Amino acid sequence: MASKKVLAITGAEAAAYAMKQIEPDVVAAYPITPQTPIVEYFAKYVADGEVRTEMIPVESEHSAMSAVVGAAAAGARAMTATSAQGLALMHEIVYIAASMRLPIVMGVVNRALSAPINIHCDHSDAMSERDSGWIQLFCEDVQEVYDLTILAVKLAEHEDVRLPVMVNQDGFILSHGVEPVEVLPDEVVKKFVGSYKPIYPLLDTDHPVTYGALDLYDYYFEHKRQQIEAMKNVYRIFPLVAEEFYKISGRRYNYVEPYKMENAEFVIVALGSSNGTIKDVVDELRSEGKKVGLLKIWMFRPFPKAEIQRYLTARKAVVVLDRAASFGAEAPLYEAVKSALYEVAVRPLMGSFVYGLGGRDLKPEHVRYAFERAMALDLVADREEYLGLRE
Amino acid sequence: MPLTMKKLAEIFTNREIGITQGHRMCPGCAAPMTVKMVLMTAKALGYEPIIGFATGCMEVSSTIFPYTSWSVPYIHNAFENVAATISGVETAYRALKKAGKIPPDKKYAFIAFGGDGGTYDIGLQALSGAIERGHKMLYVLYDNEGYMNTGNQRSGSTPPGADTTTAPVGKVVPGKLQLKKNIVEIVAGHEYVYAATVTPGEPMDFINKIEKALQFDGPAFIASLSPCVRYWRVDDDKAVDITKLAVQTKYWPLYEVDRGVYRVTRKPASFKPVADFIKIQGRFRLLLQRSDAEQILNELQQYVDRRWERLLAFEEATKDKPIR
Ligand SMILES: Cc1ncc(C[n+]2csc(CCOP(=O)(O)OP(=O)(O)O)c2C)c(N)n1
Ligand code: SF4
Repeated sequence: MASKKVLAITGAEAAAYAMKQIEPDVVAAYPITPQTPIVEYFAKYVADGEVRTEMIPVESEHSAMSAVVGAAAAGARAMTATSAQGLALMHEIVYIAASMRLPIVMGVVNRALSAPINIHCDHSDAMSERDSGWIQLFCEDVQEVYDLTILAVKLAEHEDVRLPVMVNQDGFILSHGVEPVEVLPDEVVKKFVGSYKPIYPLLDTDHPVTYGALDLYDYYFEHKRQQIEAMKNVYRIFPLVAEEFYKISGRRYNYVEPYKMENAEFVIVALGSSNGTIKDVVDELRSEGKKVGLLKIWMFRPFPKAEIQRYLTARKAVVVLDRAASFGAEAPLYEAVKSALYEVAVRPLMGSFVYGLGGRDLKPEHVRYAFERAMALDLVADREEYLGLRE
Repeated sequence: MPLTMKKLAEIFTNREIGITQGHRMCPGCAAPMTVKMVLMTAKALGYEPIIGFATGCMEVSSTIFPYTSWSVPYIHNAFENVAATISGVETAYRALKKAGKIPPDKKYAFIAFGGDGGTYDIGLQALSGAIERGHKMLYVLYDNEGYMNTGNQRSGSTPPGADTTTAPVGKVVPGKLQLKKNIVEIVAGHEYVYAATVTPGEPMDFINKIEKALQFDGPAFIASLSPCVRYWRVDDDKAVDITKLAVQTKYWPLYEVDRGVYRVTRKPASFKPVADFIKIQGRFRLLLQRSDAEQILNELQQYVDRRWERLLAFEEATKDKPIR
């Protein structure tokens, strides 16, 4: 294992630092709060000659995603980053990137979608790309931002995957919060990600290919099926990549992180930085002798259904915390967890709490309240409730 | 030896142009002609073309899976982003060259094609961004003055009075009211750019400008008037003739703007009235039936005359005064 070096950096800098060590061929990006510092840090690396990456300072996020699609199809390792409205503006091309099977890695600094305009964290941006065909990873802290950005490159480019990856970090909470981060030596990261071997690059004029053909009802469906299968391959490949990452870093990643789940009867499931707060509350409640636990979700797409089933079957109650709403339907994480639990032998009681929209704090007392409701078995599967909302 | 049509024909008797026959464009469409002339010129000059295409008639007709008409690398991304896409491809090339990952002796030509909708309207921002950033690419607009893939709707390029489905000639509204957007001026306003108009009806002028555009050390833009025989409602064998007429009537002047320096490349000894260009096309049939048709044609004549005079004045004023 490599020697340790710890930096006190923000999530944005951690993402940019990882990108610097990965040293992709092309980065195209456009600033948007709270993602802006990623572009700024990276532009400075380029300006100082610390990377050989060609940066395209595009005129919009739509062009950022379009340009990385062009660059990746040409045969380059390409990356970008965005937030909220920027991701929404990319939306059309986000689908195209995945459907062309281009292994692009994008940092998404989660932020609420307008209207009303709001620059703070929630997951409405990421959830709007839930079905786009991208692998979606969520980070609890700045260390994870750094680690998962590096890991994502190898996952995306694996020959059985060849899909783009979004590495989500909570806007401001992680992107602008300074934390100690153990970074790997440059050469270790370089060796881990290896050099990119493109498949069917446009620049190989001896073997010309057509990207983005017109695909009517006679083939489109079959192509979508291939994409579905590629996504399923992630279940097989992710553990291998995570194991390799463990070897260089000593840090283990998985689809989910069970926290104090031994004999836990009451479990919270959540995405992103709020897992830190929930862990504290779990510790407190455990010290009070309560059988509580946390199931943190690292990978939201593809959805780790088997792990969800394995960890949550036969628990007494499961509360899912969502940092996004789905208007006219159940909140996205809740819906997915509930659906997975339909198949288990002994279903837990379930509750859905939406919290933190537009950057509203999730306080320990909110988490404690959710656990108390679970412990009192006072949950109704069909009722969405809210934490920290004035009613 | 300079390229000529005869020379191109000789070179490509036994060599692939890059786009084959068998695409599903309408017989007589000018778009494949434009594309072929660009590809032939590029290849004859020793370039390896990499093609980006915006969504539109030519894109959907040439790549119906599992077939493709393209024997050169080709990418279609979406409707409005071909300029951004090709700028990514071009940047990848520079990055990979710097990293020593591609043969240094290969001479690539990064060529984006877009229709008028994908250029004047929805794609204008991406085009402007790519030109401003200075990517070494050639953007070729094939301008049929309508959205043909979706069935002849108005675009920012449709001339006034032309009948389209989204600006139809009705009892109250006489079709499209606005003048055609001047795309060359917009592009030329980016300053470090080579911009020119061409038509398939003037092939030597066309080839010369493509050559210049490819050799230009920065972004180049070529606007090709590209009749859609369906929408313009002319016979299948008339696309080329009508572009000649467009030049002779000042409807489509042939000129170039090289870093701010204007040069009119065809100055017909005598001009024909713009009505000649209008009257042979079915898309202006309803305009011509109006009681005020004569007056509208007069206004149009005055407009093209004024623009021509302006162009000559620009040529005089900018002579030997490149912006950079
Ligand atoms: C974002 C988006 N809006 C609308 C469309 C529908 N659309 C596809 S091609 C097209 C018109 C193309 O017109 P033009 O660029 O002039 O090319 P042509 O078909 O005339 O060759 C339209 C409106 C689309 N594909 N994408
Ligand atoms: S509809 Fe018009 S532009 Fe499209 S292929 Fe036919 S002639 Fe060409």
